[in-house]
Amino acid sequence: MEVKILSEKFDIENAHLLEVAKKHGAYSTLDKLFAMEPAAVTEEVKKSGLRGRGGAGFPAGVKWGFLPKDTGKPTYLAVNSDESEPATFKDRYILVRDPHMLLEGIIICCWAIGCNDVYIYIRGEYTTQVKVLQQAIDEAYAAGYLGDKVAGQDFRVDVTVHRGAGAYVCGEETALLESIEGKKGQPRSKPPFPAVEGLYSSPTIINNVQTIASLPFILTNGHEAYTAYGTEKSPGTHLFGISGHVEKPGMYELPLGLPLMEVIDKVAGGVWKGRKLKGVIPGGSSTPVLTVEEAKTVTLDYESMAAHKTMFGSGGIVVLDETVDCVKLVENLINFYHHESCGQCTPCREGLGWMKKITKKLLAGQGTLADVDLLRELCDNIEMKTVCVLSAACTMPVRSYLDKFRHEFEAYAIDNVSADAKLQGN
Amino acid sequence: MSDRSELIITGKPFAFDAERDAEFERLVKRYPIRESMILPALWLTQEQEGWISAEAMAYIADRIGTYASKVYEAATFYTMFNLEPKGQYHICVCRTLSCWLREKQEIVDYLAKEIGIRPGEISEDGRFSLEEVECLGHCGTAPVVQLNGEFHEEMDVDKMKALLATLK
Repeated sequence: MEVKILSEKFDIENAHLLEVAKKHGAYSTLDKLFAMEPAAVTEEVKKSGLRGRGGAGFPAGVKWGFLPKDTGKPTYLAVNSDESEPATFKDRYILVRDPHMLLEGIIICCWAIGCNDVYIYIRGEYTTQVKVLQQAIDEAYAAGYLGDKVAGQDFRVDVTVHRGAGAYVCGEETALLESIEGKKGQPRSKPPFPAVEGLYSSPTIINNVQTIASLPFILTNGHEAYTAYGTEKSPGTHLFGISGHVEKPGMYELPLGLPLMEVIDKVAGGVWKGRKLKGVIPGGSSTPVLTVEEAKTVTLDYESMAAHKTMFGSGGIVVLDETVDCVKLVENLINFYHHESCGQCTPCREGLGWMKKITKKLLAGQGTLADVDLLRELCDNIEMKTVCVLSAACTMPVRSYLDKFRHEFEAYAIDNVSADAKLQGN
Repeated sequence: MSDRSELIITGKPFAFDAERDAEFERLVKRYPIRESMILPALWLTQEQEGWISAEAMAYIADRIGTYASKVYEAATFYTMFNLEPKGQYHICVCRTLSCWLREKQEIVDYLAKEIGIRPGEISEDGRFSLEEVECLGHCGTAPVVQLNGEFHEEMDVDKMKALLATLK
């Protein structure tokens, strides 16, 4: 089931070094690129159907099309390498194993959108990863692939790495821009959208690492080669991260559209320790959980996920075995999002804290059924009442556990024990 | 949100060493506004000193030519900036979803027993500090531990024991 499009060079030793990467085709699209009109590049990307791989899934070429023309201001590209959504760990493989694919993609994007100044925003925790990336950038400068004359063309591309410092919210694109401007990462109200008024009040495109890294393949082989993978509406491949209770967790490149259970069983080795499946988180911790029955019918693409009232997200699949206590899992999730709330909007800052207190109360055996209802009600009252979607990233999954595994919350409220303990008569 | 409002005043002046000074001058040319250097300058300070004092923040503000409050705002918002000295060996254990599912608690409990510190504490001899942190992006090789920034994947108590042994 696995394919090697983005991950083609991942298993080659030292492919992060320019010399090795070049032997395997790095920067070979540039001749073709510079012979094309920028608009033709955007058109090719639009036809490929490439969608934003950070989580939102917005078509990349369409996003580029939002840039206003002739503003007299520079256009910026910010590459989002914040990768902070729990269960997401795909972009760092690109950063470490094939950083030149990312840099080649950056050059392609710059040519298409008329951009000379690029910032790669990388999360602060990626200490070893940032070193490999910076080494690749230095090598690309020395070899003339970056700088004043990219590959000898009269075209400048400067790439600067900007390190975050431990704030999940900076993966939100306007918080990311604030952070590059030296401020705390608090998202901006939209509109104006970044394409019109972004970094330094100038037109800005923000794309995820994997989105940008997909460009060399599309340009080299044409959009048909890309759409040959995946489904009609969700074309291409994705670097799926499978974690949690499976025998073989890891990062796997797969075409979109495969049945989820087939991937869990055949690619990830099935549920670990011979245990039964309880549920699956399909695309990062903020996506609503799927029950076993739902997991059996869903396929790994944007449309099927939406039909199952969840999201494709970042492709970070988490498998939950039968021993998982959903109330404790929800506590873990709420702790994360409450800790990462930037504090700007009251419903998020205070509301997530309130949800945390209720969950703790339930787990301590001091909750009531009214608390379970209150937790559910808070989800509805917090969501969509904030500047960004961080609060929804918490309430959407929490609501799904409350609706699909309500008996586990009720067990704590009525019998002051977990549903599992109740079942075993403890 | 966590309370990070307390700054430590050392009573000693701070300045970048020659290496950091050169890196500051290289980076400042990459941005159209000097305020963009706030995060990079905080990182340079932390690389040099291991943490960021009140004096260092004042130096950064002065060096950039901005308000001290802007540097303070960033330093206190971003949780990776240490506002106090950490142990010689700073251990971060990921506590989020996938690491939690794959028993990170056993590692935290082991460290509490072995070194005698809970998350957020520094050992009395200053050798170790322990922190539980949010998702480190290594979910496929959970649970994951960072020791002075280096990642250690697929950890368990035995591997943690072996890792500690290399430090003694």
